[in-house]
Amino acid sequence: MSGSSPSEQTVKFYQTGTHTVGNRLLDDAKRTVQASMERANAITSGHRACQGCGEALGARYALDAAMRATEGQMVAVNATGCLEVFTTPYPETSWQIPWLHSLFGNAPAVATGVAAAFRVKGREDVRVVAQGGDGGTTDIGFGCLSGMFERNDDVLYVCYDNEAYMNTGVQRSSATPPAARTATTPAVGDAPGNVFGTGKNLPLIAMAHNIPYVATASVADLHDLEAKVTKAMSMRGARYVHVMVPCPLGWGSASNDTIKVARMAVESGLFPLFEAEHGAVTASNKIRRRVPVTEYLKLQKRFQHLFKPTEDTERIARLQAMADANIKRFDLLDGEDAS
Amino acid sequence: MLKQVEGSQAVAEAVGFCRPEVVCAYPITPQTHIVEGVGALVKAGTLENCEYINVESEFAALSVAIGASAAGARTYTATASQGLLFMAEAVYNAAGLGLPIVMTIGNRAIGAPINIWNDHTDSMAMKDAGWIQLFAETNQEAVDLHIQAFRLAEELSCPVMVCIDGFILTHAYERIDVPTQAEVDAFLPPYEPRQQLDPAEPYSIGAMVGPEAFTEVRYLGHEKQLQALELIPEIAQVFKDVFGRETGGLVHPYALDGAETVIVALGSINGTIKEVVDAMREDGASVGSLSICSFRPFPLAAVAEALSGAKRVVVVEKSLAPGLGGVVASNVRMALARQAVPVQTVIAGLGGRPITMASLRSTFEAAAADNLEDVHFLDLDTEAVSQELARARETRKSGPTAENILRRLGTGT
Repeated sequence: MSGSSPSEQTVKFYQTGTHTVGNRLLDDAKRTVQASMERANAITSGHRACQGCGEALGARYALDAAMRATEGQMVAVNATGCLEVFTTPYPETSWQIPWLHSLFGNAPAVATGVAAAFRVKGREDVRVVAQGGDGGTTDIGFGCLSGMFERNDDVLYVCYDNEAYMNTGVQRSSATPPAARTATTPAVGDAPGNVFGTGKNLPLIAMAHNIPYVATASVADLHDLEAKVTKAMSMRGARYVHVMVPCPLGWGSASNDTIKVARMAVESGLFPLFEAEHGAVTASNKIRRRVPVTEYLKLQKRFQHLFKPTEDTERIARLQAMADANIKRFDLLDGEDAS
Repeated sequence: MLKQVEGSQAVAEAVGFCRPEVVCAYPITPQTHIVEGVGALVKAGTLENCEYINVESEFAALSVAIGASAAGARTYTATASQGLLFMAEAVYNAAGLGLPIVMTIGNRAIGAPINIWNDHTDSMAMKDAGWIQLFAETNQEAVDLHIQAFRLAEELSCPVMVCIDGFILTHAYERIDVPTQAEVDAFLPPYEPRQQLDPAEPYSIGAMVGPEAFTEVRYLGHEKQLQALELIPEIAQVFKDVFGRETGGLVHPYALDGAETVIVALGSINGTIKEVVDAMREDGASVGSLSICSFRPFPLAAVAEALSGAKRVVVVEKSLAPGLGGVVASNVRMALARQAVPVQTVIAGLGGRPITMASLRSTFEAAAADNLEDVHFLDLDTEAVSQELARARETRKSGPTAENILRRLGTGT
């Protein structure tokens, strides 16, 4: 349960007691890209990501799905950040696809340029995926991203959201949730951690550009992530996929809890999974087993000041209200859990 | 073909003949007419196979150019002043990645105080970013340098800035021999990238490099500039063979035979300087001038050779390094490190201040008589600055400098 150390955690063989269906029980068409003998390994093993890194997992699934969708005819553009650093320490690279890193704040514009070059050369079969962390996307790269959306350039942009600047040592970004402790929102004073009432919801901002496709995804549901990337690659124009990727280092969660933490974010309603086309929500993933936000918060040291020395019921209630609002807004409940 | 045409329009036509495949456009005075001109060529279908992208900032303009160039497209953009500074991070990045982007700079001052007029502060701020910087003396040279710039950039895999004086060149209508498509095609081969993003041969471009190899990468960038010192005159010669015009190259000497006082400058002011040199020569003064076309790479040997007979050198420059003096003068001094020749700095034309023949002549005459202070600010309103200095001494809350001077000049008190 929450707080248990890795050594105490019960290992569940064959994923018994979960909702996960084993790959071998699925139709071929529904199996994950990773289960295929022909899987692409866009990011091959040996990179320098931390143990339990959500971004490394999310990026591999997203890009392998994009590689399968494009039959390998693709280019990846990367913003500065953990993903760029841990995959390309000189003289090594993990990338099995053509890959370009320019700056922190310009990945969407660089991707626009790559797409333009392939279009002018009559190589529209070569597709472009740009990617960055939340800082590179919601803060410093926001101007270029909005420009790319507005022009409807033929780029899929994937944001790996771990809710702070992790590469520089866990500082607040505009994707950092309220109450979270970061190095620049320390857990001191009367209202420890990040303030309430700030931040950007980039999927909604992306939708406001009326681009063909916007989706949120999570490493808690990798089939869903693959399906959304595959769907995005079947379309042309500006597309945006926002993936929640827990960061054990920055969040203070156990490295073997990455999937669990991500799942609690989804099941609590704090991170809604949905799709939108041309500015309108078209689908949302229903919560299977709703949990209170405390189930999510307690797994992470960045929120531990909400529980120690005494439970901060008022601010926990505000976080619960945010989750409840998401559940209502995106219609995340149905069946027996709906209320 | 000879035409009476605006400098920007002629540059746009020349760029069009170079068949760029991706052009990024963002408006900023005084460069805007150039990207408008290229855009019109694309929209009309005159320039085919070109993606013309209206971006949201100069930072995006050069970033789009970086992506396009890395994917193997011939890429062009233009900017000026604040725009060049806004894209500064990408300017260094394009050079570090070795991407042969050609970019026009319509030279303009940097604020504050905000000022749209010509000087060279913008290009000078980026002089050490790893780009080649060529300064045009006339609009004919502006046209010709663009055509040479693509060839130079692509042979070296190094970006090139063509610097042309804002308004003085960009907005001037004059007689220009605008080349034909066939002439440019004969001079400029299609772009064959040295490196490019290609799914058939996947590279990682822009990977992280630590202390173990960073110096070597930077050294190779420096080496490229040294290669450019050889290549720039070669390309100018090939250009002459095709177009029949002497244009480009490292430096342009003028009336240097027996010249004791030599004036050094960049860009369009050389026209006025030559007029002054002619007038002074007629009156028996031993004066000549040297226009530096290639500021990066800086042609140390060519400058040293051209100035070898001089008794004194006066650098007239449209840029100021506050707390030091002249930017160009510092470079010229390095060229003359082994020659005991005094180099004096004249700061002129900042923020579009007209540089008159009369002021230049009296300054050069003072220099020839060894009676010119270093650093000299041409036509400085000494009364205005003394009053402002006095005000600042009197009261700590002395207010904004520019507004105080404007108020004084406006009321005449």
